[in-house]
Amino acid sequence: MSKQYKPAVRIEDLSFHYQDRNVLEHITFEIPVGSFMGLVGPNGSGKSTLIRCLLGLLKPQSGNVYLFGQPLSLFKNWDEIGYVSQKANSFNTAFPATVYEVVSMGLFGKVGLFRFLNKVHKRKIEQAIETVGMADYMNRNIGELSGGQQQRVFIARALVSDPKLLILDEPTVGVDAASVAGFYQMLKNLNREKGLTLLLVTHDIGVMSDFVTHVACLNKQLHFHGNTAEFEKVSKEGFSQMYGHHVHVLEHQH
Amino acid sequence: MSFPFFQYEFLQNAFITGIMIGLLAPVLGVFIVVRRQSLIADALSHITLAGIAANLMLGRNVGFFSGLNPIYMGMVFSVGGAVGIDQLRKVYKHYEELAIPIIMSAGIGLSVIFISLANGFNTDLFNYLFGSVLAVKKSDVWTIFFILLIVFAFVIFLYKELFVLSFDEEQAAVSGIKGKWINFFFIVLVALVIASSMKIVGILLVSSLMTLPVAASIRLANGFKQTFLLSVVFGETAVILGLILSYYLDFAPGGTIVMFSVIILLLSLLWKKLRSNRKIAINQ
Repeated sequence: MSKQYKPAVRIEDLSFHYQDRNVLEHITFEIPVGSFMGLVGPNGSGKSTLIRCLLGLLKPQSGNVYLFGQPLSLFKNWDEIGYVSQKANSFNTAFPATVYEVVSMGLFGKVGLFRFLNKVHKRKIEQAIETVGMADYMNRNIGELSGGQQQRVFIARALVSDPKLLILDEPTVGVDAASVAGFYQMLKNLNREKGLTLLLVTHDIGVMSDFVTHVACLNKQLHFHGNTAEFEKVSKEGFSQMYGHHVHVLEHQH
Repeated sequence: MSFPFFQYEFLQNAFITGIMIGLLAPVLGVFIVVRRQSLIADALSHITLAGIAANLMLGRNVGFFSGLNPIYMGMVFSVGGAVGIDQLRKVYKHYEELAIPIIMSAGIGLSVIFISLANGFNTDLFNYLFGSVLAVKKSDVWTIFFILLIVFAFVIFLYKELFVLSFDEEQAAVSGIKGKWINFFFIVLVALVIASSMKIVGILLVSSLMTLPVAASIRLANGFKQTFLLSVVFGETAVILGLILSYYLDFAPGGTIVMFSVIILLLSLLWKKLRSNRKIAINQ
């Protein structure tokens, strides 16, 4: 690794455990700038924990996290990281906020304390809403939308601060099957056209693998990490062995 | 029959205070309701009562306290209760709502003891429980005006942060917003507003002015800002009509204000129902 090369994310030998339960063991991997990385693994494999560690929401017992070459503890440019959490699916749907208001939240960290949104910000909010194809719903309450539409709004909220890295934790949970492909296509376009680095966490490798450029497989330990072409090869050679007794989760055929 | 607003200073005091409270209580109430913490106001109002009762008791024995406006002691207790709730929430991380009954029963228990020590109920206490048009002093008006300025500065300058924290604390953390101290100041302000509202609405009914107008507006409003606007309109309507009615009927204003709030809430539910029925009819 040359000194100039700074991946969007670098995780070195990270381990995390709750009192008596190991969740992550010696994880080391990188997300190259400009890639669309799919992080897959069965339920309970530690995917969300890993994400929370790299966002600084949880503190791992050992190991290092670097964001754009900077150690996590020194990292300050949080507006470069967009995050759509799993919880976005279970927020208070009766919350009285319009699509515009929800998306505007994505700028608050950047705008800063005691300051107000200006015209440039407002234009940005509208653009982000247009990017995810929700312009017609700008002034609707978030609770009136379908699950798929809400998820697009949360992506717009993550995009509005012009992040370099967008992290999505199980974004299609609760989204109807018909909308899922369109949703992934939208992510693929963001990656290709805007050069946005994406980290998509999912337990469903079937649909995901048609869209991503890189794959990492996690089940406490990292079992695979590479680009999609390698992944296809490995999976044909009996990739499911790595998952041991969790094989059933991976029985999607390509 | 004209309303003698300019004739009596006590009416002016009551109305100016009422209008300020009609603004303050629903504004903070919006944040409380969307965070699903509606009962916090109840817990804090009961601990405020303990402060009032303590002052009434001390006033009988110590000269200094008999001259002191009990509202200040109420505020001290209320803010103390707010700090207590904040601390208890950290202790019971997975049972955060437990903090509310703990503080509430402590408040009632203390109140009963102080009231007993002060030789039971008197008219002063009655006014604090249910509100009074006559009991508002000039010093109350200024105290509440000062609190109004603080609350408005806080809500306007930290609107973004309060909004994100109410919607999604995790998102707030990721975008680098320091939620802890904002949440803490917020609950302290709620405590101050509750202590200052009780002269008009009364301790037992203070929380309703924070929640009922919001409950009505949340059904009708489109977006967060509109929720504020409607809540304040509903709150002010209830306060003004309630005060006028209580003056003419010689009722404690707490009762009339709250009942107007209930009527507004029922009307908003009815309106919503009629509107959605019409939508269905049009769609068919």
